[in-house]
Amino acid sequence: MLHIYCPHCCEYREEEEFHVKGQAHLARPLDPDACSDKEWGEYLYFRKNPRGLHHELWVHAAGCRKFFNVTRDTVSYEIKEVYLVGEKPSVVAHSGSAK
Amino acid sequence: MTQKNRLQTGGRINRSKPLSFVYNGKQFKGFEGDTLASAMLANGIDVIGRSFKYSRPRGIVAAGAEEPNAVMQLGATEATQVPNVRATQQELFEGLVSGATNGWPSVDNDLMGIVGKVGGKMMPPGFYYKTFMYPQSMWETYEKFIRKAAGLGSSPLENDPDSYEKINQHCDVLVVGAGPAGLAAALTAGRAGARVILADEQSEFGGSLLGTRETLNGEEAARWVADVTAELAGMKDVMLLPRSTVNGYHDHNFLTIHQRNTDHIADKAPAGQARQTLHRVRAKWVVLATGAHERPLVYGNNDVPGCMIASAVSTYINRYGVVPGNELVVMTTNDGAYQTAFDWQDAGRKVVAIVDTRQNPQGAQVAEASKRGIQLIKGSGIIDVAGSKRVTGVSIAALSADGSAVNGSVTKLSADTVATSGGWSPVIHLAGHTGSRPVWDEKVAGFLPGPTVEKRLIAGAIAGDFTTAGALAQGAEAGRKACAELGMDQPIIELPTTQERVEHPAMTLFHIPHVKKTSEAPKQFVDYQNDVTAAGIELACREGFESIEHVKRYTALGFGTDQGKLGNIAGMAIAAKATGRTIPETGTTIFRPNYTPVTFGALVGRDRGELFDPKRYTAMHKWHVENGALFEDVGQWKRPWYFPKAGETMQQSLDRECKATRESVGILDASTLGKIDIQGKDAREFLGRVYTNAWAKLAVGKCRYGLMCGEDGMVFDDGVTSCLGENHFIMTTTSGGAARVYEWLELYHQTEWPELEVYFNTVTDHWSTMTISGPNSRKLLEELTDADVSNENFGYMDWREMKVAGVPARVFRISFTGELSFEINVQANFGLHVWEKLFEKGAKYNLTPYGTETMHILRAEKGFIIAGQDTDGSVHPYDLGMGWAVSQQKPFSFIGKRGMAREDCVRDNRKQLVGLKTTDPSVVLPEGAQGVFDPKAPIPMPMVGHITSSYWSANLGHSIAMGLVKGGLDRMGEKVYYPLADGRVVEAEICSPIFLDPKGERQNV
Amino acid sequence: MSDTKNVAIMNQVPDAAAGVRAESPLHHADLGTVAQKGLKSGGVHFREMGLLGHLTLRCDPKNADLIAAAAGVLGVELPLKPLTSVESGSTIVRWISPDEWLITVPNDQSFDLESRFRAEMSGHYSLVNGSGGMTLFKLSGDRVVDMLKKATPVDLHDSEFPVGKVVSTVFAKSGAIIRRTGATEFELVVRRSFADYLWLWIQSASQEFGLVVEA
Repeated sequence: MLHIYCPHCCEYREEEEFHVKGQAHLARPLDPDACSDKEWGEYLYFRKNPRGLHHELWVHAAGCRKFFNVTRDTVSYEIKEVYLVGEKPSVVAHSGSAK
Repeated sequence: MTQKNRLQTGGRINRSKPLSFVYNGKQFKGFEGDTLASAMLANGIDVIGRSFKYSRPRGIVAAGAEEPNAVMQLGATEATQVPNVRATQQELFEGLVSGATNGWPSVDNDLMGIVGKVGGKMMPPGFYYKTFMYPQSMWETYEKFIRKAAGLGSSPLENDPDSYEKINQHCDVLVVGAGPAGLAAALTAGRAGARVILADEQSEFGGSLLGTRETLNGEEAARWVADVTAELAGMKDVMLLPRSTVNGYHDHNFLTIHQRNTDHIADKAPAGQARQTLHRVRAKWVVLATGAHERPLVYGNNDVPGCMIASAVSTYINRYGVVPGNELVVMTTNDGAYQTAFDWQDAGRKVVAIVDTRQNPQGAQVAEASKRGIQLIKGSGIIDVAGSKRVTGVSIAALSADGSAVNGSVTKLSADTVATSGGWSPVIHLAGHTGSRPVWDEKVAGFLPGPTVEKRLIAGAIAGDFTTAGALAQGAEAGRKACAELGMDQPIIELPTTQERVEHPAMTLFHIPHVKKTSEAPKQFVDYQNDVTAAGIELACREGFESIEHVKRYTALGFGTDQGKLGNIAGMAIAAKATGRTIPETGTTIFRPNYTPVTFGALVGRDRGELFDPKRYTAMHKWHVENGALFEDVGQWKRPWYFPKAGETMQQSLDRECKATRESVGILDASTLGKIDIQGKDAREFLGRVYTNAWAKLAVGKCRYGLMCGEDGMVFDDGVTSCLGENHFIMTTTSGGAARVYEWLELYHQTEWPELEVYFNTVTDHWSTMTISGPNSRKLLEELTDADVSNENFGYMDWREMKVAGVPARVFRISFTGELSFEINVQANFGLHVWEKLFEKGAKYNLTPYGTETMHILRAEKGFIIAGQDTDGSVHPYDLGMGWAVSQQKPFSFIGKRGMAREDCVRDNRKQLVGLKTTDPSVVLPEGAQGVFDPKAPIPMPMVGHITSSYWSANLGHSIAMGLVKGGLDRMGEKVYYPLADGRVVEAEICSPIFLDPKGERQNV
Repeated sequence: MSDTKNVAIMNQVPDAAAGVRAESPLHHADLGTVAQKGLKSGGVHFREMGLLGHLTLRCDPKNADLIAAAAGVLGVELPLKPLTSVESGSTIVRWISPDEWLITVPNDQSFDLESRFRAEMSGHYSLVNGSGGMTLFKLSGDRVVDMLKKATPVDLHDSEFPVGKVVSTVFAKSGAIIRRTGATEFELVVRRSFADYLWLWIQSASQEFGLVVEA
């Protein structure tokens, strides 16, 4: 069970207080109507499944109910950093290492 | 029965407290301080079960968690039955009732034993796969026989009378194991002021010190253990957990500890006490001081009762005052097991010989053996033993220098006990739970914990140092290291002096060769619990299983409840040899939680019965109960389902409730509807983005129905949202969808549109909501309010603030029944008051309470959908015939708009929601029934959609249904057929889902 | 500048003269009788503080004008530090989220407070009366921490959870807002619909320590 630092509550809490919402940084296209079916399909359904660093969106569901981002190693389950929505991760996979 | 193997003195047992216990129906005596295993050995019980596959008689091998054979069924009553209890870990108590788990019809006379004896070829590895998978139809027959014969224990058939606790713990340092290393670590961290949890699976602390006659500071080791334990117990932030097995090591230093509070006292916990506690621990640092398990050697017939681990024999003698036999032969690869011979001799029984596999053992232990006059047979091994239910003799042969072959003649000696040592395996199980791969260490001749991302330290035997001095020093060092990492003081504790001896190099040997080929030699067991033999592993390798994970699954090596604690290393060594690789090249399998079996009770805790899941109640719940409601679960809510009167069938109740509502007035407790308060100047804009329809022009005082879709265009919730003020709305959601919708709104606000000035607040529980519905609902409301609620002043889809029964209320003129309706909302603290006042005034209108079932019927008569019943995530608004609720003109591309424009969403012949009228008006179609256009088509018939809602309508006098039908909206008047499981084929006509009042006149009066 | 035309507020508490019966979420449990008949000493004490006014304020903590205006209305500064609370007289203000606070006052003061907010604070904020949807449990006693540890995964050790700290967290299979009010005193704000479940749960979990019900 993960121990997750909530950047809003500023302390570690148990995983059971959180919901994971999947891949982070999925920006809704600004003009959906201009998207082709393929582009919209990519936005809707296609997700990364890396072995290694993964940027995920989480919400502190039972706590402050704020969303935030988590960079997690999918092999070791280490959380490398948490950062706010709208921020960029500082820990990123070296090119080629994510498959 | 006398305790023929009990010594007159010695051990940590209390001879003044005799205890009686039952094993397989017979009464025996033991003492306080015994385990079930030590008491059985004291009584000379040799056979404690039958093996899993071959049904061979088995005896006690070990003295701790690693015991593979003595897995017992416990329990004096049906309700207190516990399977899979290791006798070596079960403390004896007065009246304990135990039985052998394996063995049918009995342990001593076992039909299945014949299978095992007839020949080794009969049940080779893969036997189940090879034999029983064909013919497949026979598997169930075989399975029953095999399972019964194998005897996997039996679970209780009655409810467990005990209670169990689950508790969350947090600490700076969790120390696993209270042997010398763990005690030193805990003392160091404790003195630094750290929050420490020290857990040990045994009844008392001391670990390896409990089973030896070793001294510390020149005194018996128990004194030092007691002093340290007492000091720790006096520390405010130190928690000591004996009888507590750390069973799981999960991510980020989350560990589970299974504490047995009363299993040592009685069959059933004393009143007011929890039988077991599951601690869920989050530790900043973990020190694993889990020690090591001695490895037995693998030789012919090594499973005959009397074959034991050397250190276990010493433990029984030193800790329990039990000598488990009369004539001992020791076989060892190292100096350590010599002590077992000495312990045996000191206990006054005969040591026949020490068989050392080393060609030329030297040193103090050899000298001591010689001084004691014990026969030492060097460079040899026991190749097999004689006997069936007890060892009667051993065959010894000289071995080659590397131990790979027999190179001498065979000598036979008489003996009833064989104690072997093939070295020690660090207990690395927990260290591997979070994915760390163990690393082979040549010097230790065993696997050590590999590198880990966890904040974890190791100390003592788990780290490969098997000396007491080393354990103490490493423990203290681990304590200091943890403190340093935590930014605390790093106290230096005074370590006791030990009496170490110089050990001479051990020989790395696992499998004693036989004069015959392994495949033809007497069975050489590697994994006792799953009857895996050396020959079986070699066969698996010959059949092409090379990966150790495949060998494990094919042979079942390490698959038992003991998880291969004894046999894994030997098994891997044999597989390595068979495939011509080294052990590190072969690798090891992965250990997973739990280390030893955990009861379901401990996992469940108090989350059972009434507390299994939260039950949510509205403010009027008590009234519903008192008025005979039957309840339906809607999410966690308990909603009135219907209110039967005496003598009524369910259908009669529903008919009455439906008619009363349409003819006069009914009332529904709608408090469970999700309610979200929305404030901010951009609230309106936000609504326009998450609903499919338009919100820009909704005036204050007005209500509007909306559909909510996902980005894929599919409907996921619906409800009425009302404009309370220019910047203020209240949204309602389905009862089950409230939390999901709230999170959805927050998700979009926080991640996509944070610039919109809007806030959301859940107010579901704040408002009691009661809907009065029917032609007399206005009259009833007028009796309780001074407000003008006429159609002119308070129109359909308006809301007004007014007092109802003296209570400030918001009343919404919205309708889910198609009747004139008023939805009264008051602060929930006053909900029951208003509800009761409505009934006081409502008697003359025959005010009738109705539940969810009548609600469903009434709305279905009107063709209103229920999201989640008539939708399933695959239908968009146009599929529902609700294109009127989609505004394609809105400037912002609302959620769902692009999704429902995808190629697949706009194609012809999608499944669409329509009404269905059965040709026979009395037939009510079952919900879920699949429709076909041609009932005579060959099976499998093309299915065209299913029934989503179906009821008997008392108001209409015929059945009504809604369902999805391919291209249904263009097939009005056509027939669909529903072939049912009972053979009937029901014919129905596609029609509008609005069965009643299609112009909507009734709700508008 | 008044905000009332944009936002609908209503005095939701009936006049005393109307003779309306108010029922807290645990009204049905008849805690008065339980208190009379039950244990008089024990390790855990329980009391429902029902029928209080609970208002949720949401606004941008970086907007100094809003924060100052809120402090002016409340008479205390909004706690801006995560997981803290302030208490002044009968007013309690709890940090819930960076832009959310739960204010507790006597229920008959909630409309007055709402009105003053709307009269004295303008700009983007929300204030919502949730009084009917919540109740407050007071839990105290020598063993209260041992009982709470069974229900919540939050670390309650006094070094991690000092007096005044407030957390929203899971409690058994539901949730609670937990605030420490003393060395062995806590208050839980829980949702109305879950109150009965939590009451049953607390009774069960407190049994081994002896539960004293107060009313």
